[in-house]
Amino acid sequence: MKSLFVFFSGLLIATTAMTQEVAPDVLVKTVTNEVLEIVRKDKEIQSGNTRKAIDLVESKVLGHFNFTRMTQLALARDWRQASAAQQKILTDEFHVLLVRTYSKALTEYKNQTIAFKPFSLKPGETDARVRTEIRQSGAGKNIELDYYLEKSAADWKVYDIEVGGISLVTNYRESFAAEVRNNGIDGLIKSLQAKNKSGEATSVKK
Amino acid sequence: MAARSNQQVSEERMKIALPARIKSVTVAMVAVGLLAGCATSGNPKDPIEGFNRAMFAFNEGLDAAIVKPVATGYEAVLPTPIRTGVTNFFSNIEDLFIGVNNLLQGKVPEAISDLGRVAINTTAGLLGVIDWASDAGLEKHDEDFGQTFGRWGVGNGAYVVIPVFGPRTARDTVGLVLDVAVDPVANHKPTRTRDVALALRLVNDRANLLPADKVIEEAALDKYSYMRDAYLQRRRNLIHDGNAPRESSAYAEPVDGPATAEADAIEPRAEAASAPSMLAARTEAAEVK
Repeated sequence: MKSLFVFFSGLLIATTAMTQEVAPDVLVKTVTNEVLEIVRKDKEIQSGNTRKAIDLVESKVLGHFNFTRMTQLALARDWRQASAAQQKILTDEFHVLLVRTYSKALTEYKNQTIAFKPFSLKPGETDARVRTEIRQSGAGKNIELDYYLEKSAADWKVYDIEVGGISLVTNYRESFAAEVRNNGIDGLIKSLQAKNKSGEATSVKK
Repeated sequence: MAARSNQQVSEERMKIALPARIKSVTVAMVAVGLLAGCATSGNPKDPIEGFNRAMFAFNEGLDAAIVKPVATGYEAVLPTPIRTGVTNFFSNIEDLFIGVNNLLQGKVPEAISDLGRVAINTTAGLLGVIDWASDAGLEKHDEDFGQTFGRWGVGNGAYVVIPVFGPRTARDTVGLVLDVAVDPVANHKPTRTRDVALALRLVNDRANLLPADKVIEEAALDKYSYMRDAYLQRRRNLIHDGNAPRESSAYAEPVDGPATAEADAIEPRAEAASAPSMLAARTEAAEVK
């Protein structure tokens, strides 16, 4: 029985290697464990060194994110209003904002564990939700942390993250739309740049 | 579309309680706010944005001046096991009405599980201080009357920021009145112990939310709208027990894809137009399985 399992596992690894494709749940799990492993050992990140957390996120996580898609989702119908150049700037600025937020959250890490929920994917599907849960040993309840991934070309990329059902991406929709309504696309770019500048001042100081 | 299961998880609720005297004042202020709904902003979900922003600023001031400093001190002084005990104690009391709400929503297995939690934690868990039930596999749920109304098909109505209590929708405000009316802590006699218990719960709840503060500051361009939209998303998710249909699916076309009309058809923008009518029934029920 056991050898049969080993055989099938081997087969699975072989096929995965052959197609050069990592399943979305495996991807999320690998990256999560890898990042938390580092954070657990890094006292500086734990004591609020956002710069170090950002470096970690940049080296380990960013390659798996599709920021263009995220920016498009946050801009919703206003995305089309933006010129290609504006879309590029918006994506860059939103990228900085999301990385900063994500890194900040990492510095708040104490001793929570991440549980991975059952995952299934039908063959041919190109959109997946990987559900995880933050379990807190101390005070507080468990928090759902869901990753939405889309298959583009060969690999899966994250295009949304939901914390307790709150999307880190689409939560900006109303405020972005209001900004565009009042001050146009350039107004939104300006306020994103201002926000990112102010964040830089607070996080690099440490 | 993404795989979904019916598993439920719960998370922090930004629920805060206070004595009945202030409660009636609050209700009156909210009523005034709803009637004074002329300060429009163009966002149909938030027709009384002017009033709400004022209340939000008031709450932020109150938090910065009193609640947060106290919660920070509380967190610094008390060791984690004690704070966990406090959280569990109030969580156990809460479970009773979570069970009742699950029953009202027709979720009988969940309701039985909730009442099982209360039975185990009240006895073996020493009046709820130790959460043995979670270890035994009885999952903690998150329900309240506002969610029950949502399940029954009652729409959000206008978004409203209530003094001290914080963000609600019109529907959840009615739910909140019921939550407080049946809350064993708020109805406890004598009033002195009740006041201590309410204050402790508020400070403990706030302390549990402290780690979220910095992340929100980092994330929000405009904290008011960030909190508003997070609240609305969170409630939508809770009503669907973690399986809300994605709002963004209409934008799923490739980045450089052709313009389509469907992008304009997303999000039922008319939903909150009838702001003052507290129980404007609408479509949410159709989405619920």
